[in-house]
Amino acid sequence: MNPSVEALRRQFGPTIGRAWVSCGDTIVHVDAGRITDVLRWLKETPGQQYDYLVDLTAVEYRDPERPLEVVYELFSLERRVPLRVKAELSKDRLEIDSAVPIWAGADWLEREVYDMFGVTFRGHPDLRRILMWETYAEGHPLRKDFPLRGRFSRAEQVRQALGANPEAHYSMEELSIADAYHELPEDMRQRLARGERAVIAEPERERAGE
Amino acid sequence: MSKRTVEFELATPGLDARGRPARTPLGVSAGAAVAAAPAEAEPDLGGDHLLLNIGPQHPATHGVLRLVVELDGEVVVRCIPHVGYLHSGFEKLGEYRHYNQIIPLTDRTDYLSPMSNNVGLALAVEKLMGIEVTERCKVLRVIACEMSRIISHLVWMGTTGIDIGAFTPFLWMFYERERIYNLQEAWTGARLTTSLARVGGMMADVPDGFVDGLRAFCRNFPTTLVEVDRVLTRNAIWCARTQGIGALTAEEAINHSLSGPMLRASGVPYDVRKDRPYLDYETYDFEVPVGEHGDVYDRYLVRFEELVQSTRILEQALDRLPDGPLNVDDPRVILPPKTAAMTDMEAMIFHFKQVMEGVPAPVGEAYFPIENGKGELGYYFVSDGTAKPVRWRIRPPSFINLSALSKMAEGGLLADLIAINASVDIVMGEVDR
Repeated sequence: MNPSVEALRRQFGPTIGRAWVSCGDTIVHVDAGRITDVLRWLKETPGQQYDYLVDLTAVEYRDPERPLEVVYELFSLERRVPLRVKAELSKDRLEIDSAVPIWAGADWLEREVYDMFGVTFRGHPDLRRILMWETYAEGHPLRKDFPLRGRFSRAEQVRQALGANPEAHYSMEELSIADAYHELPEDMRQRLARGERAVIAEPERERAGE
Repeated sequence: MSKRTVEFELATPGLDARGRPARTPLGVSAGAAVAAAPAEAEPDLGGDHLLLNIGPQHPATHGVLRLVVELDGEVVVRCIPHVGYLHSGFEKLGEYRHYNQIIPLTDRTDYLSPMSNNVGLALAVEKLMGIEVTERCKVLRVIACEMSRIISHLVWMGTTGIDIGAFTPFLWMFYERERIYNLQEAWTGARLTTSLARVGGMMADVPDGFVDGLRAFCRNFPTTLVEVDRVLTRNAIWCARTQGIGALTAEEAINHSLSGPMLRASGVPYDVRKDRPYLDYETYDFEVPVGEHGDVYDRYLVRFEELVQSTRILEQALDRLPDGPLNVDDPRVILPPKTAAMTDMEAMIFHFKQVMEGVPAPVGEAYFPIENGKGELGYYFVSDGTAKPVRWRIRPPSFINLSALSKMAEGGLLADLIAINASVDIVMGEVDR
């Protein structure tokens, strides 16, 4: 077992949950509410120095009762030691603080987890879908309740693809770069000012699909 | 930077001695009418920013990458990459397949180094299942990994040369790549969809003549490298287009989770082969090149030196290639020989169980990183005790390296954006998965 687990317990007490070893890797469960405190402490404390975020991903188990886990694979370039930190999220409240202020590399990784699992990262500077397109309405593909072939029928997928607005390839933020900003309809400019990024916001349809 | 300034004098007509265009006003040669014209109809363009879309179908984006760029004149103010055009849902597909059935999916992620992807996946599953492979298998896997690294770097060097305007190295690189592809084809039967590794062993042993062929490659390949070195390394245009471009400090590179040549060019000596050794890499004698400035030029130098070092590793692996069994002696993991499955009852049962039920992995999880041509390629498996993983995660090196593109490109010139994007060494199959 990685000695950092004991150090974490001393520092954070009951915030640190189960710790176990699988295939030689130490895994430590952390309360999701304090995940950024723990990560920052692991990164900055002398003797820990987990300065390299190798990977950030999520795991959903086949057992629908088990919570979804956000997984942080850390590595200390100083000491050449790996550590895996996990935070459990209950499926009715998939929200966790963003690690982007700690590692810039978490930016796209968190966007991918948001895209694939629907986890919202609080404080992420630009939380948009990344692999699927911005108006994708079928939900989050790596969730276990998402069928392998997608939620919509092939006919519906074709219909949507043919009916897609080709102008929607630029987000409003991008359109604002060009002169086109001044020609945008008033409501789009207001939505842009509020910080919306998607061209067509479709939260209702997405929720209905899940 | 100051130490590396390259001085060159251009004798091109129209340029002064310092390489700046020597302008003469249009009006002088074209008459007074033309000279007067701009004064009335010159709009004030200074304040407007231009929105430029590059890709997804553009040769300089190395696949289906789309960049939306905000330009102030020729300066990149903002660069917004869009990925996902090649998304195939490999991770989702993997959850519906037996472990050995996932191997063909890895061919298609980083399709410039399929063999090392296969090996990485087999290593990750073996870590999960607690299998130790044979000595011969280990050495052959090292050969597969280093061949892949050479192929990957050759394609990188060739295409980056084209992006920056050097056509000749492209032809040399692809000639060498063809020679190593012939060896790969003789071994695996495929140029791209190799599916070489299996859990607990390999799909096939090397064919007759392979060892001699690879030795001949290792003998001749450095000659080509010397030629490329002569054409590029001190080339004034190459240096001017790459030095000081897209530079990242070591701190920034670590903060952006970069890996592979991108990280090492910034001066961080982290190589998975040295720091988290696998396949007995610690017993091979090779150096890890580390850059100093973290710019495009240093990334070129690092990759160049890695080609030399990979050749060294290949030679050592060929020297030590031991005889003996290729696959582990465990009928629960390795399929019996086809003739045995047709004639022997027990072998047929094992064959049947493996094909129909797959090989179950114990409950647990494993992350296994390897040093791929692009960077740290990791496979993360979570098992619930069945023959199919609960979660298969690819840690995609070029996806994470690409995420630093905006940081590197913003503030530079549009032409430098192309050089920087090339220096990341992306494969969209892996970025989008």
